[in-house]
Amino acid sequence: MIALDSVSKSYDGGKTFPVRDVSLMVPAGEMLVLLGGSGCGKTTTLKMINRLVEPTAGRVEVDERDVSGLDPVELRRGIGYVIQGAGLFPHLSVGDNVAVVPRLLRWPAARIAARVDELLELVRLPPAEYRHRLPGQLSGGQQQRVGFARALAAGPKVMLLDEPFGALDPVTRDELRDEFQALRRRLGLTAVMVTHDMTEALLMADRIAVMQDGRVLRAGTPRELLADPGHPFVESLVAAPRRHAARVDELLTNPHGGPLS
Amino acid sequence: MSEELQELFAKLPEYLGGHLLLSVAAVAAAVAVGVPLGVFARRRPRLAEAAMAVAGVIQTVPTLALLALFLLLMLPLGVKDAFWPAFLALLMYAVLPVLANTVAGLRGIDPALVEAARGLGMSNWQTLWRVELPLAAPVIIGGVRTATVLVVGTATLATPVGGKSLGNYIFAGMATLNHTSTLFGCVTAALLAIALDQLVRLLALAVRWRSRRLAWAAAGILVVALGVGLAEPTSRRLDGGNRVVVASAAFTEQYTLSHAISAKLEGAGFRAERREGMNYGLLYFALQQGEVDCLVAYTGDVWSLLMKKTDVADRDTTLTETTKFLEGDFGVVCLGQLGFQNNYAVAVAGDRAGRLSTIADLVADVHAHPNRRLRVAGDSGIFHQTEWRRLKEKYGLRDEEVETVEMDPSLMYAAVADGRVDAAIAFSSDGRIEPFGLQLLVDPLQAFPTYDALLLVSRRAAARPGVLDALRPLVGAVGQERMREANRRVDVDKESPKRAAEWLLRPNR
Repeated sequence: MIALDSVSKSYDGGKTFPVRDVSLMVPAGEMLVLLGGSGCGKTTTLKMINRLVEPTAGRVEVDERDVSGLDPVELRRGIGYVIQGAGLFPHLSVGDNVAVVPRLLRWPAARIAARVDELLELVRLPPAEYRHRLPGQLSGGQQQRVGFARALAAGPKVMLLDEPFGALDPVTRDELRDEFQALRRRLGLTAVMVTHDMTEALLMADRIAVMQDGRVLRAGTPRELLADPGHPFVESLVAAPRRHAARVDELLTNPHGGPLS
Repeated sequence: MSEELQELFAKLPEYLGGHLLLSVAAVAAAVAVGVPLGVFARRRPRLAEAAMAVAGVIQTVPTLALLALFLLLMLPLGVKDAFWPAFLALLMYAVLPVLANTVAGLRGIDPALVEAARGLGMSNWQTLWRVELPLAAPVIIGGVRTATVLVVGTATLATPVGGKSLGNYIFAGMATLNHTSTLFGCVTAALLAIALDQLVRLLALAVRWRSRRLAWAAAGILVVALGVGLAEPTSRRLDGGNRVVVASAAFTEQYTLSHAISAKLEGAGFRAERREGMNYGLLYFALQQGEVDCLVAYTGDVWSLLMKKTDVADRDTTLTETTKFLEGDFGVVCLGQLGFQNNYAVAVAGDRAGRLSTIADLVADVHAHPNRRLRVAGDSGIFHQTEWRRLKEKYGLRDEEVETVEMDPSLMYAAVADGRVDAAIAFSSDGRIEPFGLQLLVDPLQAFPTYDALLLVSRRAAARPGVLDALRPLVGAVGQERMREANRRVDVDKESPKRAAEWLLRPNR
């Protein structure tokens, strides 16, 4: 479970607030999507959960523990972290990238090796073939698979994802989303994901929080947001997916018709 | 192999060892300073800028000046060896490329990777060691390689401050026009630069491939090389009680005389160690501080350079006054005159000498041809000294009537002989005056002071029994003609200074 209680962040001593008074709840096993345009404060909000950014005010709890009381390094080792473009270390092999956190936790070598193979299997990269490759020799989708494996290495219960599908081509993106969803449900992970893509949010989230100018404009399930946007900005965000859905629906229900006007 | 090459190779362990030790120590220290400084400055742009600016300014200071400055600063601290000042100066040169590349390498890392490292739970140290430094390593190693080549090249300049390096070949070769020696020094220094550069590359590869065997191999080569470098100074240190350091400046008679002095010392059972080709100005201070024990000095230089006298006295006054000063205020032992003078003198081509016999005649000739300027050659020092200004004043030579050309003494006699210049400020003991058919003009107005050669010994060495007794036979034993002939043998006949010294010490026939 993740809880944010009136969290704010200011870098200039209170003149401006990139994040202002954000309160959110993510029940265990659910996925919250933070959605908004660039500069809306969604990534800053995400980073306050694992203390890459320290809140100016408010309280962040992970599994009912106030994170400000925890050692930030320990905290982060217990939380999976995936970023756009994977952020793999180019000087380390795929296996060594996946082994980063277990090594930090000083697991025995045999356990690390077994865990690396297990995770590469999990993200469908045959270990024998991929373990020794360097990130530069992989496609974007394969790199992000390794990114997921690396984040999952130490068996976290909480995952933070910052536009994890952002740099991928549409086909790979769709495939990876489905796989990640299946994995997440299977492992019972609590997750917070940042994106600017409403369609992605609608398809993946249990709950969506739409942010603008550092505040949460509207939070709710995908159904609630579609049924009642409640704000012109949210309205505009759901308009495109709704239109696309209607178009596809039309094509599906009327396979022999002509082009729409 | 020719005898000449054999002589050069015989000194190789000593010079190469000194050079290697100095270079490796300076590069290692530059890495030890530059990399941590770069790490510290990587997120402090203002500090990085300031550090780079300081390091950059240091690089614009002429190396020799920096070396001399460090030597003069460290002599009073009791540092008796040229190693430390040379090491410090080279370190300051080598820091810039290491520092600059460390900062550039670290700044060039994708910030997302650093963020990912922190997000995964690496501490700042772990991020630095596991992500930042490995990613910046190729750029940092590039800086280390630049520093290595720079240092190996620059370390040749340890010679003028009394260090041992491959520069000894180069400076001795340049001073005595022995091109084989100069070339030998350049080639060995270049080979050493290539070898050390490749060694750094090997170490880098060992790290990149995580190859322990390669790392051991590279480290092994380095240890063996340093062992060779240390062997010579270590044996020298063990033998220290018996050692007398003989210094010489970088001109022919100084090399020859240092061999003659060494022969006398060795004849008395001492171990003579020659510091050859030192910077002339530094020699006196090195002697005063006991860094070197014995050298040949000239009264006129003591008079103007050390006593800061601006007037000219006659020969006897100069001699007594300088001796008094050297033994008193300056604090060295003056054993006596060798018997020759090395005065400044105006030399002209022999065919003009028929019409000209004094400097006054030459100036009168200039005045007679107002549309022609007098071209005068001299070494790099003379035209900045009071002697030159005084010459112009006393003989009424105006600045616009004369064009000065600075060149190495080894070249200026030929320049007079073939007419490229009208006259040269020559040295009266030089062996090339006669072979080139030059004539020295009389100086009736005493514009130039007299430069009697004096044998000086440091107080420390003079206190050791037997040193002064060993050297005393040289006093009065080297007359003007003998010195000139010995110089001619080196400069014209291409005899080695050692051979010329043997000739010089032979009893008069």
